[in-house]
Amino acid sequence: MITLLTLLPILGGLLVLVFGSTREMARLIAALFGFTGLILSLLFWYALDPNLPGMQFTQYHVWAPSLGIEYHVGADGLGVLMLVLSALLVVFSLMASWANEKLGRTYFALVLFLEAGLFGTFTALNFVHWFLYWELSLIPAFFLVRIWGGPKRARAANQFFLYTMVGSVALLLAFLALFLATGTFDFLELARQAHSGRLALELANNLPWFRGEAVGPLLFWAAFLGFAVKTPVVPFHTWLPATYAEAPSETTMLLTGAMSKMGVYGFLRILLPIFPQEMQHFMKPLLWLAVATIVLPAFAAWVQKDLKRTFAYSSINHLGYCVLGVCVAAQLTGTAPHLAAERAAALTGVLLQIFSHGLTAATLFWFIALLERRTGGLRGVEDFGGLRRLVPVFCGLMGIAIFASLGLPGLNGFPGEFLIFKGSFPLAAVASSVSVLGLLLTAIFLLTVIQKVFSGPVNPRWEAMPDLTTTERVALFPAIALMFVLGFYPQLITGMVHGTVMQWIAGGGL
Amino acid sequence: MIPFSYAALLSLTLPEITVAVAGFLLLTLDLTVLRKSAVQVRFGAGALIACAGCLGAILLLHHAPLGTLPESMLVVTPLTHTVQIALLALAILTVLFSTASRITGHVGEYLALILFATVAMMFLVATQNLLLIFVALEFLSLSLYVLTGFDKRSRPSAEAALKYFLFGGMSAGFLLFGMSLLYGLSGSIELPRIAAAFGGPTLDPLLLIAIVMVAIGFGFKVAAAPFHLWAPDAYQGAPTVSAGFIASSSKVASFFIFAQVVTVGMTVAGAQRVGTPGWVPVLAILAAVSMVVGNLAAIAQTSVRRLLAYSAIGHAGYMLVGIVAHTSWSLTALIYYVITYALAALGAFGVLGALEAEGIDKLSDLAGLYRRAPGLSFCLLIFLLSLAGIPPLAGFFGKFYIFASALAAEPQLRLVWLVLLAVAMSAVSLYYYLRVLKQVYVADGPKDAPAIRVGLVPRVTLWVVAGLVVLLGCAPGLLLRWIGVQ
Amino acid sequence: MLAWTIYLSFLGALACRLSPTKAMARVLALVTALAGFALSLITLARWTPGELLTVTQVAWIPQLGLSYHLAADGISLTLLLLTGIAAMAGILFSWNIEHRTQEFFAFYLVLIAGVYGVFLSFDLFLLFVFYEIAIIPKYFLIAIWGSKPHDAHGENAGALREYAAMKLALYSFAGSALVLAGMAAVWALAPNHNLSFEALTQASFPAHFQMWVFPLVFLGFAVLAGMWPFHTWAPTGHAAAPTAASMLLAGVVMKLGAYGCLRVAMMLLPGGLAPWGFHVLGFGSWRGVFAVLAVIGIVYGASVALVQRDFKYVIGYSSVSHMGFVLLGLMTLSLIGLDGAVLQMFSHGVIAGLLFAVAGRMVYDRTHTRDLGELSPMRLVEVIPFAALVFVLAGMASIGLPGFSGFIAEFQVLVGAWRSLPELVPVAGVGILVGIAFTWRALTKVFYGDAPDDVPKPALPPITLPEKLGSLLLLAMTLIVGLYPRILMDLIQPALQSPLFNGLRLGGPR
Repeated sequence: MITLLTLLPILGGLLVLVFGSTREMARLIAALFGFTGLILSLLFWYALDPNLPGMQFTQYHVWAPSLGIEYHVGADGLGVLMLVLSALLVVFSLMASWANEKLGRTYFALVLFLEAGLFGTFTALNFVHWFLYWELSLIPAFFLVRIWGGPKRARAANQFFLYTMVGSVALLLAFLALFLATGTFDFLELARQAHSGRLALELANNLPWFRGEAVGPLLFWAAFLGFAVKTPVVPFHTWLPATYAEAPSETTMLLTGAMSKMGVYGFLRILLPIFPQEMQHFMKPLLWLAVATIVLPAFAAWVQKDLKRTFAYSSINHLGYCVLGVCVAAQLTGTAPHLAAERAAALTGVLLQIFSHGLTAATLFWFIALLERRTGGLRGVEDFGGLRRLVPVFCGLMGIAIFASLGLPGLNGFPGEFLIFKGSFPLAAVASSVSVLGLLLTAIFLLTVIQKVFSGPVNPRWEAMPDLTTTERVALFPAIALMFVLGFYPQLITGMVHGTVMQWIAGGGL
Repeated sequence: MIPFSYAALLSLTLPEITVAVAGFLLLTLDLTVLRKSAVQVRFGAGALIACAGCLGAILLLHHAPLGTLPESMLVVTPLTHTVQIALLALAILTVLFSTASRITGHVGEYLALILFATVAMMFLVATQNLLLIFVALEFLSLSLYVLTGFDKRSRPSAEAALKYFLFGGMSAGFLLFGMSLLYGLSGSIELPRIAAAFGGPTLDPLLLIAIVMVAIGFGFKVAAAPFHLWAPDAYQGAPTVSAGFIASSSKVASFFIFAQVVTVGMTVAGAQRVGTPGWVPVLAILAAVSMVVGNLAAIAQTSVRRLLAYSAIGHAGYMLVGIVAHTSWSLTALIYYVITYALAALGAFGVLGALEAEGIDKLSDLAGLYRRAPGLSFCLLIFLLSLAGIPPLAGFFGKFYIFASALAAEPQLRLVWLVLLAVAMSAVSLYYYLRVLKQVYVADGPKDAPAIRVGLVPRVTLWVVAGLVVLLGCAPGLLLRWIGVQ
Repeated sequence: MLAWTIYLSFLGALACRLSPTKAMARVLALVTALAGFALSLITLARWTPGELLTVTQVAWIPQLGLSYHLAADGISLTLLLLTGIAAMAGILFSWNIEHRTQEFFAFYLVLIAGVYGVFLSFDLFLLFVFYEIAIIPKYFLIAIWGSKPHDAHGENAGALREYAAMKLALYSFAGSALVLAGMAAVWALAPNHNLSFEALTQASFPAHFQMWVFPLVFLGFAVLAGMWPFHTWAPTGHAAAPTAASMLLAGVVMKLGAYGCLRVAMMLLPGGLAPWGFHVLGFGSWRGVFAVLAVIGIVYGASVALVQRDFKYVIGYSSVSHMGFVLLGLMTLSLIGLDGAVLQMFSHGVIAGLLFAVAGRMVYDRTHTRDLGELSPMRLVEVIPFAALVFVLAGMASIGLPGFSGFIAEFQVLVGAWRSLPELVPVAGVGILVGIAFTWRALTKVFYGDAPDDVPKPALPPITLPEKLGSLLLLAMTLIVGLYPRILMDLIQPALQSPLFNGLRLGGPR
């Protein structure tokens, strides 16, 4: 079943390329496959048994046993959550690009290939084909930025490609070393070995090159680099603002909503289970990196003039909370049972934050796309003013999204951030305290945006700006509705991931 | 006076006699009956008689008896029969090529000289008597000098003949001196007796001188460096058919007798290990120098014939390797190599002869030949690639056989340096052969050059030779069977 | 029946030469190539693993102990399949040749016949005969139909491609001269002067003999395989050659050299790889020397490709780099490394074909320039998007992305090298990184260049059907093997474990 889900978008992309000679045909096929993907992923959600430990829907085929490469896929709560998020965001992105004349058949095909890459990454359990999908999602993204992006797209796309590539190579090398030491690429197997302590032994025995103790940390930092670039973690984030700004806003929805989650997914699925001792060992530097990722981009967002850059930095900031949550959860892996509740809280918060930030950020960029379409590409903070009087519905809905991003209780941003802080304060008080600064700063710059763009004197330039059309309102409705639903009833998600989180806390792994 | 049977002499020399008779007949006919006829007719009739004579000789050789005359004046073995058949075949081919040439009005003399030279060669390969060797050799040489200078209208022809004659005379002198030393040191003019007389661990210094002298004499004949200086001029100046004849038949005979003299006559003196005096190091040096000089000089040539001449010197070097190894395998290889080389060389000169009428001599004149004469071009491709040693042509197998047998000679692999040098030079040779083929196939000639018409007889002959080269390359066993591994 | 691949090719060559029209010559050539490939496929279908299929064995020159012995094991069959694929693709990409068409296909098919012969020969002498038969057609193909460098016109151009052709022919011939010397030496010492492989693998040659004949033969073949520093003919020759010839040269003919290294040098003279007992410049055996040269080739080839201005030279040098992997794999002397080497032979054959097809047929034939600087402003991605797509996929395959055939091949080589030559693995890794860099540089410069909007896009003829068919064929092959490498690994591994390779004493699967 998972294989079907993963191959469906590839098939869709090929069909778009072959049959999508007109724009209408292309987007129709793309939408068809997008919706089918969403329905399938929701079926997974429904079929997932939250109380069952371990991976479900697994498929396993031998491919090249002498090289430790098998086709092993499966999904647990985390996996299904990511699948649904990806499918949902692709549908939103397609709806956002529906009316954009510049985007033709190649664009839709590339989006579908990207979706396949995402599906594959979130379900693969053997490094080799996980890596294939990881890279596979990089290439359509590169082209999406390169071809349809803004004026500085070449440089942005190159930077994006290079940074991610360097990170990927570090990741690859780390796993090659793991393979050479243990003979397996399987995530579950490696996690088991790490948990039982066997991994350290094997590393020491089979990689004679390095001094015994240095191997583990070296591999850990190498793998960390790969995910740190993707998430991104400060200071490896410098590719992101340019890329998000130059990419077409419809693509940025996907970039921020789904692709950035690949980094956090990597932390959860790969780094945490396989390198728990190293994470504990390096807790201090990791926490400070998380804090930096929360605070510094928030400062940066404050001073941006370009709305897309503002929200780009805001994205980094929100993902910083996820990183904080992950680090905190790692701290207690396997010890202090009385703090299990805090660990569970942190992890659940991370998962919630993943989903809700994906939703929120994507919606925000959707709004920016709509705005750009009305202004002919202008999106500077200073360019507007008093839009609330000119396009009230637009501002109202966008305001909801901004408040969700802010973390207003009642909207989807709040539960995630709350749970993360609930879990992290007892375990990393200093770091958490400093991170609160991030919350404050986020509030400041978001409110500034509202003030400068929505409120204030009406900018006569936009007197004739049309409000949201009915189609757009209908399209946006599910996103906004979800924000409220998840804000009031986060059990929707927590219920599904509960089993996974518990297993993590109990077993220290998968 | 040693008594011997004239009947035996007759029966043993019947093939030679046949050819000689054919030659005289041809001469007579041409000088009397056909005096007034057109050149084509005279050539045609003469060729007919010549071919008939040679074919008759070949048939006789099939059934000819073996035997030896006293004093080793004639030593007829199956191997000599094979070589003689090869020489006759080459003569036939030469004659057929000559029917298209228009260099002279003295048709009868020309063809007769070819036949007499063939007779000389047939004697040369059948004898192991020093005196008879010298006589036959001089007979051959004189015929070849005249054939070289036959084109009276051409100054290069005369110059070539003179150079050839002067060189030849001098080297004949050396050879005679060497032979007289051998006689003096051994008391006999028969090769086997000479060999037997030189047992013993030490080598007489006079014998060494004799070896060197003989090497000089024969070295000249086979155009080995540094006695090769006549060859480029002779090949370039002589009429094409004569040059082809020199390059093919006389090479076969000369190498055969050279090998014979050295292996039969001086084996004891031949020393099993390099470093001890003997003819092996002498010939090895000769071989190495020939290979290097021949191939490197050929690179710089702009005339096709000079290029072929220098390449002949290079090939002489490879063939000398076969003699240096002096095992039965390597001598078989030598004979195979020289026969197939002769075919390819004769073919190449045949092509040039067909193009002579168009005034093509320099390399640049060959440009665009593939368009003007596709059949000729293809034949030239076969001949040159065989000379370069590209499979599946005969030249390749010859090279492999010689090198492999040289390495297999006991003690094994002692000649490895010589073989490595030969292989390296062989690689170099591809460069200049490809240069010629580049002109023929790649370069575009003048736009409006007309197609070249070639006579039927030369054309068929060329295809036959080309076919032989390919056949002997794909199935060398056909020839090896006759040469036999003794 | 497999012998008919050779005979049909010769007959086809004759038929093409004598064919009255150009169209008929093209069709005849394609049919011949197709027939050859079909024969190999039929053999594959009937194959039992580990079998040695004796096709013909008759005494050829009994006086010398040489036999006409054709046979195929798994390795041969893999390469026969490659030849068939490359032949067909090459003919499809040469469909547009108008100058002396019949002669072109005649030379081409003679070359193919020679290549088939080498892969089928099981007698050393016969192998050498076919090896040399292949040299002359190469010369003429380049000298007559080659392409000129971008800054040469008329007379100058002709001289430059003749130079490239002559260099290639002479290097090949020099290499084969070395092999001839070695072969003559082997013949001299072989019992009964029998040169068939089975007899030679059982004959035990003295160690001292093997120690100097092995490098002679290996070097002779390695020249044709493009081993550094004897590789200089390759970029020049490939760049000057017409597309089909480049595809065949880089794709198949270089593999003749590598095959010779494996089949002749290593299989018949394994003692040459043993340690010398003393050290010179840090090397203790020929194995060390050639392994280091291979790795230098990997890095050097990639690095030089990075700075080339000529598109075809980029690909030519990338071929040198990829062949370095083959040679490294051969020197690992482990089952996994050798399996990787043979797989890389197949994989690179297909990939090089794709790359040259794009550079030569699709780009150069239309734009008449190979200079990256001149191609950049043409915005070729918009003019010939199919070519861009093919090059992207070929580039992905070339850098060894999982899913394409190159990954499993290079991965196996690296794993094999890690066990026995671990110091070289990081260097090879660097080579891969540089490979990514130059592929990406070439891609962006050729297809995704930028031009001021007032520069019009060139009007180029569209991609023709034969080109599309050829591209699809090659892409399908690399994907099939990439996704299901067992299809070839099941041929190669049993062949490597047959008694013929006993002398190498290969390690087990891990």
